[in-house]
Amino acid sequence: MKVKVISRSEEDYTRERSSDLRKVQRNYDPQLHQFEKAHEYTRALNAAKLDRIFAKPFLAALPHDDGVTCLARNPKLVNSIVSGSADGDIRIWDVPQQRTLRRLVGHTAAVKGISFAPDGETCVSASTDATVKLWKVPYAPFEAGEVQEDAEPVFEFQGKNAFRGIDHHWDRTIFATAGAAVDIWDHTRSEPVQSFTWGSDTITSIRFNPAEPDVFASTAVDRSIALYDMRRSTPLRKVVMQTRCNALAWNPMEPFNFTAANEDCCLYTYDMRKLTSALCVHKDFVSAVMDVDYSPTGREFVAGSYDRSIRIFAASGGHSREVYTTKRMQRVFAVRFSGDASYVFSGSDDMNVRCWKAKASEQLGVRLPREKHKQAYNDALLERYKHMPEVKRIVRHRHLPAAIFKAARTRRTVTESDKRKLQRRIEHSAPGSIVVKPERKKKIIAQVE
Amino acid sequence: MAEDEPARLGGEGKASRKRKKKRAPEADDAAETAKRLKRGPAVDLKSITDKKLKGKLRRVEGVIQASQKKAAKINEWLLPASAGTLEAEGVERTWNFKQESVVAAVDSTAAAKAFDLSLPELGPYSLTFSRNGRFMLMGGGKGHLALMDWQRSHLVCEVQVRETVRDVTFLHNETFWAAAQRKYVYIYDKRGLEVHCLRDHTDVHALDFLPHHFLLTSIGEHGVLRYQDTSTGHIIAQHKTRLGSCGVMRHNPHNAAVVLGHALGCVTMWTPNLTTPAVKMLCHKGPVTALAVDPGGNYLATAGADSHIKVWDLRKLQPLHSYFSYAPVTRMDISQRGLLAVGYGRKVQVWQDALRTKVQSPYMTHQLPAGVLHSFQFCPYEDVLGIGHSAGVSTMLVPGAGEPNFDSFVANPFQTVRQRQQQEVVALLDKLQPDTIVLDPDSVGRVRKEPAAVVQQRRAEEQAANAARLAASRRKAEDKEKMKGKNRPSRRHRKKQSNIIEDRKPTIKEKQKEEAARRKEAAEKKAENAIPEDAPRAVRRFYKQ
Repeated sequence: MKVKVISRSEEDYTRERSSDLRKVQRNYDPQLHQFEKAHEYTRALNAAKLDRIFAKPFLAALPHDDGVTCLARNPKLVNSIVSGSADGDIRIWDVPQQRTLRRLVGHTAAVKGISFAPDGETCVSASTDATVKLWKVPYAPFEAGEVQEDAEPVFEFQGKNAFRGIDHHWDRTIFATAGAAVDIWDHTRSEPVQSFTWGSDTITSIRFNPAEPDVFASTAVDRSIALYDMRRSTPLRKVVMQTRCNALAWNPMEPFNFTAANEDCCLYTYDMRKLTSALCVHKDFVSAVMDVDYSPTGREFVAGSYDRSIRIFAASGGHSREVYTTKRMQRVFAVRFSGDASYVFSGSDDMNVRCWKAKASEQLGVRLPREKHKQAYNDALLERYKHMPEVKRIVRHRHLPAAIFKAARTRRTVTESDKRKLQRRIEHSAPGSIVVKPERKKKIIAQVE
Repeated sequence: MAEDEPARLGGEGKASRKRKKKRAPEADDAAETAKRLKRGPAVDLKSITDKKLKGKLRRVEGVIQASQKKAAKINEWLLPASAGTLEAEGVERTWNFKQESVVAAVDSTAAAKAFDLSLPELGPYSLTFSRNGRFMLMGGGKGHLALMDWQRSHLVCEVQVRETVRDVTFLHNETFWAAAQRKYVYIYDKRGLEVHCLRDHTDVHALDFLPHHFLLTSIGEHGVLRYQDTSTGHIIAQHKTRLGSCGVMRHNPHNAAVVLGHALGCVTMWTPNLTTPAVKMLCHKGPVTALAVDPGGNYLATAGADSHIKVWDLRKLQPLHSYFSYAPVTRMDISQRGLLAVGYGRKVQVWQDALRTKVQSPYMTHQLPAGVLHSFQFCPYEDVLGIGHSAGVSTMLVPGAGEPNFDSFVANPFQTVRQRQQQEVVALLDKLQPDTIVLDPDSVGRVRKEPAAVVQQRRAEEQAANAARLAASRRKAEDKEKMKGKNRPSRRHRKKQSNIIEDRKPTIKEKQKEEAARRKEAAEKKAENAIPEDAPRAVRRFYKQ
């Protein structure tokens, strides 16, 4: 007879000393792992609930003396942000310590735009007092004592009319200003090097393309978005919409795409090569969208609106994945993503620059490998089970202030009623007599060369 | 079912199948392991038109395929232990081998696992093992309850409750266990202290525990199946079976349905969500005496007082095979590797491959040295069958019964205290809700695609119901309910009544007209019947006036 019986020796399955690792045995036979899917679903539910429990995005409020009108991010320093306010005050902030590093005095009217030079040590600011000032930004972090000092500009550029926006080039020592016309300036020249005009309307904002060194886009008061090439003397083309765009941001990872923040509570993403139709319409705000900025990853962007809220959208998402509001935050005029894509800054009318987490329930700081793994597992579970009604209900749930909630409800009723009426009109008229324009093309009036 | 042996051994029953393909045996087994480890068919990507979705699904499917391949490789090559075997040589047959010779032929660690505890005075013993196979709980009919770490011969606790004990079961781990005593069910700690007295469970014959849902189930004299959540303490469901007293209860580990065997020969399957049995099958002529469910949830073995043992396919609910036993079977159990143990009187038989195919002869047999069989259970992850009988408790070595490789995150026989505490917390966090118990557990998380016509019809019905409800509420709002004043209900009612037109009550004008017409008629009639002037006076009384 040949017999063999299971007999395990204790040494093979336990550890000898407490400094040894514990042995883990795995057997992937499904008969040992019953109810896998049900357990996974339960864990997904728990993950969704924990996500909501730990969602505390607000970090700090940095105070100004007047409403904050513009923000700028230093491309070389992650822990610094610069904000300009309506009384001409510009402050460089040390965000981790929540204190002002420098106050840049000089402007006598509202600062409309700030932008950094590629070296991270110089910044330019444009204001309604028709001047652009060049500042030296100290690089080294400050540790000891009273550091808030006032600094004087290094150079001053005089313009003819009030400036509405500014953007520095990401590689060269040139910057572009938006005002009565688009002007290209050089650090060393006191007069604009180049000037672009198309019609007599004011240009409100301007942004350089992050990949093409000579291409930039602007938004104007005549409801248009125009594309320019610096190597030519006239603008390239423009797309005219039904309502005005307030701001513009290029996608750093897909540099042919840009997103424009519009007065009609939506944001429109366009491919600059094909302006006949928008790529995506992002809807969730209930009032005019004032500013937009992309994350350095290019996967999402943040937008701030006149309805006292900021929302974070996925780059191709029609609706926001996150909304941040506070009772104290009034109309939001400027938003920026931080350089490491972990934080979002918002400058608003209540004289504060607020710092928020980009992922509301993220644990900051150094995390243990086990914590990181658990977080990644929870994210994967939510991704897999996000269509299940219970999980979806919990993940989607956000508390909105009563004003925004009611306004959103009214908008929804109006759009649904319009849709219903249109459907009925189509049903009861000759087929093909009523042409429905897709949402992405509806708001575009014309494309002009 | 873990039939993943490298080569089929001869002499294992005449129904072993011969391999038809001439591939190398290693590639065969790797393919078989890979197939067994697959969790389901791949998604058909061709039918998806949405490009974004297609790309996403393709990536996810790639990850799933890679992980399944890796798991198959690990299970094929990296598992530390292999299953037990018993091989007969020459004219020997495996069912002829006595336990003494088997014990003599194995190593000392394994030989120590076969023992006999002689406890003749304290009644027939019910026996159960913990889920990791390390602890054994025995309950004697005369009230002797004992928890022991049986492999190390270490008695953890012992208590004499001085009343009848009918069944015992472990709860989520060895720290808590339940005993069905004369009147109520009691929960004990691992120190032997009584922690709870469950007064709702009365006259219980059989107890069971659903580990993933933390549900203690009981059935007894009154035929009421009770589910109690041992983590929150609530009674989840109480179902009246209405089939009389019942003492045979098992649970299906695949879908957590409770299987009961009744005195009328039917087997019912219950979930806490339905007050009627989910499945009711007539299995035997006469009472069902024993039940066993295969750990994968594929087979059900039933035994009745008609001395038949029937094997059913649980997924399709169809009969597969039928065996005949010499006496009504007292107890049945199926091991992790699919061995069926059948016991009656003083005999215990173990059959190999008896579920998938019909075999002609048993794998092993054992005659109890003392006492009549009461209960037995295969020890998880060990090649041991623990037997409780009227003279005590004994164990029998059954090579090839247990799963040789355990998974530390499921059940660890070498668990430390810290690991046990962690596992308790994880199990509680992952506890499944009782209303998710359904006969097909794969339906959780699945999206059911209904045909468009059905969806439209349902929507139309919903809209009609909504419209009816709105109309009803509008009508209700229109009737103003004023208590007093000009528009009070009594006044309105009176006005309504007064407006009713009755045929018997014509208006005044009509009355006048009628009156005039009547008078005219009367006058005419009178004029007609007038007495002529030349008629004599004596005749006048004969004229009608």
